[in-house]
Amino acid sequence: MKFMGFRRANGTVGTRNHVLVFPTVICASAVAEMISRAVPDSVVVSHPHGCGHMGVEKEHIVRSISGFCASPNIAGVLLVGLGCELITPKMIAEKLDVSGQRYEIISIQEEGGTNKTIAKGKILVKKLLKEAATAVREPVDISELIIGTNCGGSDTFSGLTANPALGHACDRLVEAGGTVLLTETPEMIGAEQVLARRAANDTVKKRIYEITAEMESLAFKAGVDIRGSEPSPGNIEGGLTTLEEKSLGAVLKGGTTMIKQVVEYAEKPTEKGLIIMDGPAHDAVCNTGMIAGGAQVIVFTTGRGTPLGAPVAPVIKVATNSRIYRHMQDNIDINAGEILDGNATIQSIGDKIFQEIIEVASGKVTKAEILGHHEFAIHSMGLSA
Amino acid sequence: MALEALVLTPEDNVATAVRLLERGEKISIEEYAGTALLQDIPVGHKFALRDIEPGENIIKYGEIVGRATVTIKKGEHVHIHNVEGLRGRGDKL
Repeated sequence: MKFMGFRRANGTVGTRNHVLVFPTVICASAVAEMISRAVPDSVVVSHPHGCGHMGVEKEHIVRSISGFCASPNIAGVLLVGLGCELITPKMIAEKLDVSGQRYEIISIQEEGGTNKTIAKGKILVKKLLKEAATAVREPVDISELIIGTNCGGSDTFSGLTANPALGHACDRLVEAGGTVLLTETPEMIGAEQVLARRAANDTVKKRIYEITAEMESLAFKAGVDIRGSEPSPGNIEGGLTTLEEKSLGAVLKGGTTMIKQVVEYAEKPTEKGLIIMDGPAHDAVCNTGMIAGGAQVIVFTTGRGTPLGAPVAPVIKVATNSRIYRHMQDNIDINAGEILDGNATIQSIGDKIFQEIIEVASGKVTKAEILGHHEFAIHSMGLSA
Repeated sequence: MALEALVLTPEDNVATAVRLLERGEKISIEEYAGTALLQDIPVGHKFALRDIEPGENIIKYGEIVGRATVTIKKGEHVHIHNVEGLRGRGDKL
């Protein structure tokens, strides 16, 4: 089965053809935004990182930024720096040389201030846009798709409708040779045994238990009951009683196939099939990690409703119940609540999600894209000076 | 046909309400037919399919989702007031 994608010079395949303006440090964020505003066909993100990171945190942020900027959904990226920061455009550019991503770099101290940087930045972005305009969609086998899965604003129906339906779509993609990312490690606590039973080998099994134990130890160190954070007050109001219950429903969204590999946050898998990415449950942080890990499309299930999108990847929103689908119709693409209404089955909604993935990968815009949602956050380990 | 509640596996001792269920209402799910609800059950919330002793595991998806802190009667609302989580309990160290 094929979708229509953008084949990049480095062999990767994009579902979108964005030109991104990316500040490598917060001090360059406003200038990056001003450049992008001056060239409206570009996209821009903002984040509070880029300086003061120590040791593993630095490596972690560099991997996240360079992975994100190397997304095949991006035709070219302008990296904007200040000049004295820890994470410079040059540092990210070296990583992009390895991945074969097209980029330009600019630095505010070198250019001589905001206005001069904007003036030059505009020229560079226009150049990247002109190059991007030459890219055309071509038929590509769906085995080249990497789908990121996410669930946010969960209710008890997440685990009963939208997540198992998304799981069915994931199973179909994996059967066709594609790749699925399952993340949100806190929402694997209490469901490790279910995941471990499907581990491809002992290394994967061991890692599943390790990453959940590490995450659970955060609650032990803080001396708190994780309930209240996980499940959140909104989850509890929606009927979720414990973290274990939330987790058992959450992991269904990855499907039922063998778990081939466990990767770090923002790390690219070397295997195909179902992959676990270690990372927090923060929705925007998850999306960034999965895009950095190669996801070209994200499918996001929600029971309480969320408008969240992502800057360079389409996000398909699936409602767990008909009430929220009708209530937040400008945000949600597919209604898995029909399963509860008796009009559909987990399988039929799963097939609908699978079809939507192919269409969105081929260019159909999602509700989050129409509205211009481009929320962005990077996971911080809190190791900054 | 729309269901009133979902039971996911035969091992489960709780069901999830698909709509607001009222006190006194009787469940039509085959094996549990006739179970009367002791309280209103908000949509998405759970109720007990049989009597559950304090300390007994709460089973949903055929897996342990928590433990009863008090006696829970068949038909009673099952939520944070009578169930505790067993994981991420930094407060219990």
